[in-house]
Amino acid sequence: MDLSMLWYLVPSVVMFACGIYGFITRKNLIAILISLELMLNSADLNFVVFNRYLFPGSMDGMVFTLFAIAIAAAETAIAIAIIINIYRSIGNTDISEINNMKF
Amino acid sequence: MDSVGNIIVYFVVAIAMVIFSLKAVTTGKILRAATYLLFVLLGTAVFYFQLGYQFLGAVQIAVYAGGIMVLFVFAILLTHKPNDASGMIESHRKFIGVVLSGASAVLLLFAIFYMPLLHGASLMECIQAGNQITMREIGEAFTGSGRFQYLLPFEAISVLLLACIIGGVTVARKR
Repeated sequence: MDLSMLWYLVPSVVMFACGIYGFITRKNLIAILISLELMLNSADLNFVVFNRYLFPGSMDGMVFTLFAIAIAAAETAIAIAIIINIYRSIGNTDISEINNMKF
Repeated sequence: MDSVGNIIVYFVVAIAMVIFSLKAVTTGKILRAATYLLFVLLGTAVFYFQLGYQFLGAVQIAVYAGGIMVLFVFAILLTHKPNDASGMIESHRKFIGVVLSGASAVLLLFAIFYMPLLHGASLMECIQAGNQITMREIGEAFTGSGRFQYLLPFEAISVLLLACIIGGVTVARKR
């Protein structure tokens, strides 16, 4: 039995579909951000798997994944700062109560 | 032909990742969703180790499972009072969510199962075909400006992180 490329792509697809489901159905801003992290993580895994199986001599997919992790960290920090600011303004983080751009 | 240990590790981690990512988007408690996300990220780090990218697995554990999860737990505890019903998160638009995620999953699975390029070598052959990545090579890839070297994106990331620090402090500070 061989661990071929498909074996690593299938969990990645499941993670991506779960991320889409959570992104649409969640009402809490932090839960939406968690779903977004799932989708980003599945994309990172895909970069690495394609690098290892199709171009084993180079390391470009790994470098892309390192950059993606750095950008995801920056994006999460800013998003959490915005969420905390929204919580200070209206008292909760429910997206159905955020209707105005300026309070 | 891959070793039996590799296949067992793969199955344990893959099943755990599928279950935990499903739980992370369906559970009712937000702190539990963050914990399930942590398990998914650690499973991804195990995949990176298994694929032979030790540095990347270490970065995944340090930055994602360490830094980002601490940020998430911090934000959850700042925006939810403990011993309160506000720890529960409800869902809406479940039907359209199931339809869209199911459609995208079917489309992606169709694509990866019908692409002839992807039915190739085993993991052991690929790891043996590629040379071991040393820290020296990673450092040279980040600090050179030649072909397959990434000095400019590296500098852009450092500027982005500086902007992120300033933006985070500006947005979240008390007025």
